Amino acid sequence: MTSAVAVKGKELEVDEEGYLVNLGDWNEDVANVMAAEDTLTLTENHWEVINFLRDYYAEYQVAPAIRVLTKAIGKKLGPEKGNSKYLYELFPYGPAKQACRYAGLPKPTGCI
Amino acid sequence: MAKTDFEVPALRDYLRTPDLRPGAMAKSAPFKAAPRHQQALGFPEALVPDWERVAVAKLGDLLGKYRSLRVHLDSCVKCGACTDKCHYFLGTGDPKNMPVARQDLLRSVYRRHFTLAGKLFPRLVGARDLDAALLDEWYGYFHQCSQCRRCSVFCPYGIDTAEISMAAREILDEIGVGQKYCNEIIAKVHAIGNNLGLPGPALANTLEGLEEDVKEATGVDVRFPLDVEGAEVLLIPPSADFFAEPHIDGLIGYAKVFHQAGVRWTLSSYASEAANFAMFIGNYAQMRKVALRIRQAAIDLKVKRIVVGECGHAWRVAYGFWNTLAGPFDFLDPRYPVPQHIVEFTYDLIRRGALKLDKEANDHMKVTFHDSCNVARATRMGDLPGGQFVLPRALIKASCNHYFDMAPDTIGEKTFCCGGGGGLLTDELIELRVKGALPRVQALHEVRQEHGVTHMAAICAICKSQFTKVLPYYGIPMDSVVSVHQLVGNAIRLGTSS
Repeated sequence: MTSAVAVKGKELEVDEEGYLVNLGDWNEDVANVMAAEDTLTLTENHWEVINFLRDYYAEYQVAPAIRVLTKAIGKKLGPEKGNSKYLYELFPYGPAKQACRYAGLPKPTGCI
Repeated sequence: MAKTDFEVPALRDYLRTPDLRPGAMAKSAPFKAAPRHQQALGFPEALVPDWERVAVAKLGDLLGKYRSLRVHLDSCVKCGACTDKCHYFLGTGDPKNMPVARQDLLRSVYRRHFTLAGKLFPRLVGARDLDAALLDEWYGYFHQCSQCRRCSVFCPYGIDTAEISMAAREILDEIGVGQKYCNEIIAKVHAIGNNLGLPGPALANTLEGLEEDVKEATGVDVRFPLDVEGAEVLLIPPSADFFAEPHIDGLIGYAKVFHQAGVRWTLSSYASEAANFAMFIGNYAQMRKVALRIRQAAIDLKVKRIVVGECGHAWRVAYGFWNTLAGPFDFLDPRYPVPQHIVEFTYDLIRRGALKLDKEANDHMKVTFHDSCNVARATRMGDLPGGQFVLPRALIKASCNHYFDMAPDTIGEKTFCCGGGGGLLTDELIELRVKGALPRVQALHEVRQEHGVTHMAAICAICKSQFTKVLPYYGIPMDSVVSVHQLVGNAIRLGTSS
C-alpha cells in the first residue's frame, strides 16, 4: 500500500508511513513539504540534522545511532545542543524517525 | 511528544478492571507485509486463492507437530481466570482482548475441522468456518497479543496463549498475510545480520565513537572489539544497543564489565543481533536460520563462550531453544553456561568480589526494576530457582543505594508486559502500546508516589524502547528508563585492582 506526497506539482511515491519509496526522489522541497504537513517550519538547525543524516547515510547505508547524531550536532551547534532532548525539541516525533523521513531515508527498523 | 487521537487511560490510586467496551480495538491492526517482505522469507506474496483450505491444512500440520497446541485448544473450560490478566484487556476494555476470547478465534476453527462435535453440530460447540470476517479478526487480535504469557500463569490448565498466537501468525504467513514490522526485520537479519540493517562499517564507526566517549568520560581505554578472532567471549547484544537510548548506555556497561574482568571479548559484524523475531511469527525454520548465524559467528571467531546481552525474547530463544535449534554447542567451553546471560556474567564477578562498585555514582536515582516477560516466564538465570528475578536485582542493588520493588502482583512471574513485546513495537500500533502499558505504568506510578522512585531499569531492548516512547503519554519523562548495565557501568570503578 503506497500513497504520494505532492512536491511542486510532482507526485512522489511514499509508503504507508510517509517515507519516500525512491530515495532518489528527494530534494530540499520534499523535506519542507513533509515538515509543513506536520505544521513544522524547518530552521537552519533542522537542516544541520537533516544534512548530517543524509551524509551519514550516503557513507554507511544506514541512519546514525542517536549518540553519533547528538555528538555531531553538539560539535556543529554547541555542546548545549548535543543531546537527545534538544533533538526531540526539533523533531517531536523522535529524531531517528521523523528526521529520517524528512531526509528521504528509509525508516529505521528494529527494537527502537 | 506527538499528538494523540485517542484517550490516554488515567492513572488512579489502584488499577481497576475496566468496563467492557466491545469492539473498542476492532480497527487496530499493524501494516501488512509488502510482497517483497513476504518473498524474502519464502512466504506467498499476497493472499492465496484458496486461503481457507490452506489455512486449515496448515493448522492440521501444526497440530501434528506441536502436541501442546492441541492440548491448549482442547482443554479450556471457560473458567474465566484469565479474563482480567491481560494488559491489553486491562488497558482497552475490549472483551476480545481477554485471553480466552483471543484463543477462541483459533479454537473455533479448530473445533470446526478437527473435532467430531464441531464437524457435526458446529453451532452447539462454538465451531466456526474461517471466513473473511474471522480472518480480519485473526489479523487484528493476534497482533494485540504480545505473547507475554501472563495469562498462562493464572490459567488452571496452563494454556499458553502465546503459543496459540504464534500458531495463528504462522498460518497467516502461510496464506500470504504477513506483518510488515516483523517480516521486514527478519529479512534484514538474513541479509545484513541485525534488525536495524546496520552494516559492518557503520557498526565499526559506532563502536569507535563509543571508545572515544568512554575515554573522554573516564580517562580509561575501554575497548569495544569487533570481529576479533580467538577472543574468549562472543557477545551477542540486541542491535538496539548500538543505536538507541538508554540501550547504548547498557552496552557501555557491558564493555566496562569485560574490561574490568580482563576477559578478551568481541562483537561480530556477521551476527550482531540477539533478537530473533521469527519466534514472534511462530516460524521454526526462520528462527533456526537466525540462530544459526550466531553459531556460525562463534565457530568462525573461535570463541569459547557466548554471552547474550539485555534482550528479553533473545534470552528465551537462547536459553530455551538454541541447543536443539542450532546446537550442539560442544565447541564451546563446557565449564561455563551455554549460553550465558550478561547478567549472570556480571553477577559472578560481583559475587567473587572481582568488581568494585561505587553505589554513590547512582545516588541521584531511586530505582525500580521491570521484569521482562520472556525472561520472567520462560527462562532462568544462575543456579537457583527464580534466579531470573534475583540476579538482575542483585546487580542493581550492588550498584545503587536506593532500590524499591513495584507491587508484588506486577513483578516476578506475574510481571506485566511493557505493552510493546511480541512484534508489536511499531508506530501504527501506538494506541495499543500506550493502553497496554497501563498496568505497568500504574505500578510505576505507585512507587513514584510512595517512595519517590525516579528511574525504572529494564533488561530488554523492546521494553526500553517501548517505555521511552509511551511513558511521556502518562506524564513520566522518557529518560526515567535505564538499562541494568547502565547502572553497573555508572558504578564500576575502572582500573583499580587493588
